[in-house]
Amino acid sequence: METKFINTNTLPFCKGCSHTTISQNTEKALQKLGKSLLDVILVTDIGCLGIIDKAFDTHTVHGLHGRSVALASGVSAGVNNPDKKVIVYIGDGGATIGMQHLLDAAHNGYNMTVVVHNNMLYGMTGGQPSEFTPKGFKTPTLPQGASHKGYDICGLVTEAGASYVSRITGIGDISDQLAEAFSRDGFSLIEVMEICTSYGVKSNPGMKLKSLIREAGIEIKVYADNKPQPYETQEREGLPSLFSSDMLIEKEFPHKLNKPLRLFLSGTAGEGVQAAAEMFIRAGMRCGLNVTKKGSYPVTVGVGFSASHIILSPEPIQYTGAPRPDVIIVTSEDGLKFAQKLIDNATKESLLLIDDSIERPVTKAKIITKTFREHVGGRNAMIMAVFEYLQQADIIPMEDLMKQFMGSKISANKTLKRLIEETFEIEG
Amino acid sequence: MQALIDGSRLMTEALVRAGAEVFIGYPITPANNLYLFSGKRFKTFLAAPDEITTLQWMSGFSAAGKLPVTATSFPGFALMLESINMAYMMELPMVIVLVQRLGPATGTATSGAQGDITLLNGMLSGGYSIPVISTSTANDCWEMAEHALKTAADLRTPVILLTSKEEVMTQFSFDLDTLKEIKPIERKYYTGDEKFIPYNRDERGVPEFLPVSNDKHQVRYTASTHNANGILEGITPEALSNTIKIQEKIENNLDSYLYYEFVKEESSDTLLVSYGITANAVREAAKILKEEGRPVSVFIPKTLLPIPDLYMNIMSGYNNVVIAEENHPGLYRKLLFGAKAPANVHSVNTIGRMINPDEIIEEVKKHGN
Ligand SMILES: Cc1ncc(C[n+]2csc(CCOP(=O)(O)OP(=O)(O)O)c2C)c(N)n1
Ligand code: SF4
Ligand SMILES: [Mg+2]
Repeated sequence: METKFINTNTLPFCKGCSHTTISQNTEKALQKLGKSLLDVILVTDIGCLGIIDKAFDTHTVHGLHGRSVALASGVSAGVNNPDKKVIVYIGDGGATIGMQHLLDAAHNGYNMTVVVHNNMLYGMTGGQPSEFTPKGFKTPTLPQGASHKGYDICGLVTEAGASYVSRITGIGDISDQLAEAFSRDGFSLIEVMEICTSYGVKSNPGMKLKSLIREAGIEIKVYADNKPQPYETQEREGLPSLFSSDMLIEKEFPHKLNKPLRLFLSGTAGEGVQAAAEMFIRAGMRCGLNVTKKGSYPVTVGVGFSASHIILSPEPIQYTGAPRPDVIIVTSEDGLKFAQKLIDNATKESLLLIDDSIERPVTKAKIITKTFREHVGGRNAMIMAVFEYLQQADIIPMEDLMKQFMGSKISANKTLKRLIEETFEIEG
Repeated sequence: MQALIDGSRLMTEALVRAGAEVFIGYPITPANNLYLFSGKRFKTFLAAPDEITTLQWMSGFSAAGKLPVTATSFPGFALMLESINMAYMMELPMVIVLVQRLGPATGTATSGAQGDITLLNGMLSGGYSIPVISTSTANDCWEMAEHALKTAADLRTPVILLTSKEEVMTQFSFDLDTLKEIKPIERKYYTGDEKFIPYNRDERGVPEFLPVSNDKHQVRYTASTHNANGILEGITPEALSNTIKIQEKIENNLDSYLYYEFVKEESSDTLLVSYGITANAVREAAKILKEEGRPVSVFIPKTLLPIPDLYMNIMSGYNNVVIAEENHPGLYRKLLFGAKAPANVHSVNTIGRMINPDEIIEEVKKHGN
């Protein structure tokens, strides 16, 4: 006996509605293909067409308006088994609000067949026009008729990469055409031109579906019949942990810090501010200090300021902010502008180390000016400034900092390396 | 040994170890590190073309028996809302990491915030709850991530893991040996021979699960009001009772995902309350106050929603309660105490920057501790 996919003789549609034709012919097509019930996953959209689930004895998924193709994409990729046939029922309304999902599924080649129930209007909500309503077609809320031609979804998904696409008229036996689409791997779409007996007929008296299609220039044809490129979900086994060995830092040196030290490094994007800050905290960790670092930069990271808040502390750090840093290092005009508020709020206990090319700001902080930019260029000014600060502050050994520098990519810059060695009298 | 690490890495690694199989995401600051690390670490990683698609793909994977994760911030989360309602109604496990940033709208992508908790409280039409679990320390990034995933799978529900920019983007030194071992979730599937009823509930109110590709039983998932068979029914008593049962499942099992920290100072009549990023300022403030000889108690809820009675009981034991959070209106305070808080409940609020411990200390001293 043939498998019964539909469990009722009374489908939930108005008399004469083409949605009935599609449901009944879906059953027939699946029978022709010899599918069994649990080989099929039917994903339905919201709209008149979507209330069909309960009539089907396959697996069914009923989600949101317009999102069925995206949901089915997830189902299809999640199941990752081409023997399971994913069928999506969606209306012209669902395909309007969720069009991107159709393009996207075609583009990725997700294994499914989308059946677009195109009755040229929103049936469920009372017959409003969709973006598929053909020019001149009237609906209850658009008595003057649509002023533009409707979307050609078949053309669009073909362009996006669908493997099989056709448009048919939803009259009579359409099971062969449906079976053709269902039998394809990868992404296939079949658009069924329909008529909504309740709203379409009423608003366009005497209209015949076939002549309307002809007059609107809607082509009934196979749009695409390509070699399918079915989607296969990648499942990567044995990926390494995110805890890589370069994150681990062993204590090697002593430090002389007896309370938390909060610094603010402020310079220009692309001038190694973050790299200098990371070098600094890594050197701190090598002395057994607790550290935190957070970067600040404009949303477009490559322009304007680049700054880093860092904290080094002999004790665990809870609060990672520093409204009044102990030390502010500024190596460029951009950096000065961004640090301005902190400089304004600084007390006489704070230190401001600033490049001598920048005008000295008014502040209570103790100011030290040094030549960085002129000696090493903007790109390396912050690295030099960090060396300078740590030499003066004497909290962690310079040997530690140098070791950190040598381990970083920046040390490939031979001139910089030589300059650091000369200025700070230390071997790399 | 210390490692230089950040919260994004800890969360991603924890989620994978706990058994999350697929990450689907659309980039947004400050959640981009989660996206980046997930791309390296998750078995399956998919770049979605937008956040509605993200949630729909996740729902599809979840219906197929996988545990999906995404990470986003308010603008993306807003797009996900209708689909989160769908996943809740279908009872699909998944974790959404919400990294808060300054709003409204696009706001300032690079500035942290704690401005989304009332949205989370009201995100389901009808006012039902989705568990919201938050992080407030590096170890939380690990443990709460694990709990979020386990709760999602255990209760068949979406779970929000709430965090914020500073928590996932700050690098810090951290002892990896303090991380508890995470074992992968063992998912329980329906094993019976009788017809599978997709929304038939066990004694805890949780429906048994089968992936939508099952070869033996028909499986139905429905977002519309539905009966136990997953059939759209409108307002029949059975369908309405199913809707209520989803909420009861979340509420009645609250103890299974209740996480908080309560450090009680017997001599104190002041309680500091905070969550997320501001919890660190509160802990620091409490430390300083103790050093000054004015100890205060500290209460850090980690399971933020639904709100258990226990939280109200804890707070009712204090003459002064100071609630600190990085938003202007005092959102969690309003959820706890309503539009007008009692006179002994005080707030510290900022926007656009973290609250600092001094501000909390000042508020405590104002009220005489
Ligand atoms: C996000 C959202 N917007 C609007 C609606 C209301 N709505 C329900 S069905 C529908 C249109 C259905 O039209 P179509 O997809 O063509 O299906 P038909 O009823 O014509 O079969 C709309 C707008 C909704 N459910 N969800
Ligand atoms: S309103 Fe139109 S689309 Fe809906 S069931 Fe009736 S005829 Fe079909
Ligand atoms: Mg329609």
